[in-house]
Amino acid sequence: MHDELKLLSGAMITLALATSALVVLPFMQLKNVEPPTALKPYTSAQLRGREVYIKNGCIYCHSQQPRDKAQAPDDKRGWGRASVAADYYYDRPHLLGTMRTGPDLFNIGARQPSADWHLGHLYQPRAYTPGSIMPSYPFLFEAKEKADSGDRVVNLPPGYKPIGKVVIASQEALDLVAYLQGLDHTYPVMEGKAK
Amino acid sequence: MDTVSILLSSFVLSITGLFAFVWSLRKRLFDATSEAANIVFTDDEAQREEADRSSAFVCFVLLSCAVVWLLAGSLAGLTSSIKLHEPDWLTQQAWLTFGRIRTIHLNIIAYGWAPMAAFGVANWMLPRLLKTPLQGARFAILGCMLWNAGLIAGVGCIAAGISDGLEWLEIPWQVDILIVIGGALMGLPLVYTLQARKTGHLYVSIWYMGAALFWFPILFLIGNLPTLHFGVEQATMNWWFGHNVLGLFYTPMALASVYYFLPKIIGRPVQSYNLSLLGFWTLAFFYGQVGGHHLVGGPVPGWLTTLSIVQSVMMIVPVLAFSVNQHLTMRGHFKHLIYSPTLRFIVLGGMMYTLSSLQGSVEAIRSVNTVTHFTHFTVAHAHLGLYGFFTMVMFGSIYFVMPRVMSWEWPYPWLIAAHFWLVVLGFSIYFIGLTIGGWLQGMAMLDANQPFMESVKLTIPYLQSRSLGGAIMTLGHFVFAYHFIAMALRHGPSRTGAALLHVRPAGA
Repeated sequence: MHDELKLLSGAMITLALATSALVVLPFMQLKNVEPPTALKPYTSAQLRGREVYIKNGCIYCHSQQPRDKAQAPDDKRGWGRASVAADYYYDRPHLLGTMRTGPDLFNIGARQPSADWHLGHLYQPRAYTPGSIMPSYPFLFEAKEKADSGDRVVNLPPGYKPIGKVVIASQEALDLVAYLQGLDHTYPVMEGKAK
Repeated sequence: MDTVSILLSSFVLSITGLFAFVWSLRKRLFDATSEAANIVFTDDEAQREEADRSSAFVCFVLLSCAVVWLLAGSLAGLTSSIKLHEPDWLTQQAWLTFGRIRTIHLNIIAYGWAPMAAFGVANWMLPRLLKTPLQGARFAILGCMLWNAGLIAGVGCIAAGISDGLEWLEIPWQVDILIVIGGALMGLPLVYTLQARKTGHLYVSIWYMGAALFWFPILFLIGNLPTLHFGVEQATMNWWFGHNVLGLFYTPMALASVYYFLPKIIGRPVQSYNLSLLGFWTLAFFYGQVGGHHLVGGPVPGWLTTLSIVQSVMMIVPVLAFSVNQHLTMRGHFKHLIYSPTLRFIVLGGMMYTLSSLQGSVEAIRSVNTVTHFTHFTVAHAHLGLYGFFTMVMFGSIYFVMPRVMSWEWPYPWLIAAHFWLVVLGFSIYFIGLTIGGWLQGMAMLDANQPFMESVKLTIPYLQSRSLGGAIMTLGHFVFAYHFIAMALRHGPSRTGAALLHVRPAGA
């Protein structure tokens, strides 16, 4: 069993090294990071909306981590300053993302504060951004003959409304929009902190 | 973290690595004789038959599951690919939305096709390399059932919108418990067969498989620990896991296959056995720490991305050790590629390993990463590794293993050729198109004078080419699956010799 022991202990040592470098050290370094004073905890509607964001996989096309202006012109696109670890204080699970098939959303709430825009855009992205390849999300909406009381009617640009019907936003759509509107990290932080 | 502790920890890291290395050196790991390398050949007919009989059933079960998952995963992947350029296609059902079907594709391939194929081939190689019948195969069967039950439940969860939200770790942790137990059970035959081994040497394939089968459960367990991880720390953990699944599980499992089948088919031992072991330890040491390169430019500690970039570049060492070795072993034997289906897939897969890994090293460098990060270039790279390398090697291995499992030859050799050319053609279109598209996308994104939408619009033709390539690959997989089923049902002529792609001239 000598060779087996050698193999196993060697394999475990290398994995332990990797784990301490990539998991344990960041854990120790970041566990005492305090939230910036301007960063608010999520409201319950926003937390529900965050779940909608997760369940429909928005993360696979949208990052939430603008890069420093020394590296990329993210700030010029209105995506905001480079993010720091403290910005993610309330984020469980993290939603940093690794793709920009669509734009970064770290400050989408500041860029697009209008609920009407968000609802209509989720219903049909191409009504607002010609050439967009974002999926439409009709399953988050309901097309009815007429709105009941308490229904949130979606205002759509002409030509995108189903004929003779009104489009009603579901609770999920409203929650998601609440989350997106809350994505606003335009407050200042100390440059280079936790970097 | 201050500079002193970084320096100190990197010092400790290097010393520990060095220590382990010297220790194995002293303990005759570096064997001057080629005795260990010859283990591939030193079994007689009776031993081989006994070994193959002991692993036949479990191997058949695992590989059958793999084929089913391959088809499901291909269809899910093709659907998501088409959706990226036809965004209003199939939008009425929530489970078919891009964000879910793409994730279903990844999970089916990552936890269905890949491990089932790898476990199947590993269980077949174990008794052959340890010169003893496979022990504890029934645990592997049970483990396979639990694992597949977990995966079906997990894919169902993702379709229904229940997800842990981390890339590569979407399956809810409650469901993951099934997969962890199943995985542990599937590892048991390795332990039992090792205990019963009748050979003094552990061949290099055993090193790779043995380490991988211990690495994976640890990765999966830590990655899925609920409530422990937070914010940016979770992001580093996420990519520690994401990249180590590739580096410390799929890669060693496929390399184990290459190191067995390649010498076996051409009939000569691997050129430098020591080089293959050097490749093993450098892979073990460097690969584990590369995950941070997924977060270059992100809000993570600077030392972490730097460390990962350095280790990514260091990956050149194990890759060169492997590819030099493969080339030297193959030298003078390339004519076998004409006849042997297994060799064709495996040698191509080995070359793709070299390519994808070198590409990965370059891609991790900060200036290159600035362009390719967040783009389809990364997706193409991931497929070069998991498809061009891993999947090709598994196809080749299955072509070798299945006739021994079934005691029945592949009935229609032309289907093997069709499979080969379809996946090669399809994947070439996929990879080349998406690589160019991804690079242009990255360049456009870095140009502040171009609106963001430019970086979207210019990718459309490349995304369409990806769908075309993906469709051809999927067709190839259906050909493969049809052939697999035809063989299982014992169709075709009863033949005694191997199914070759061309009739071998006498004396060749």
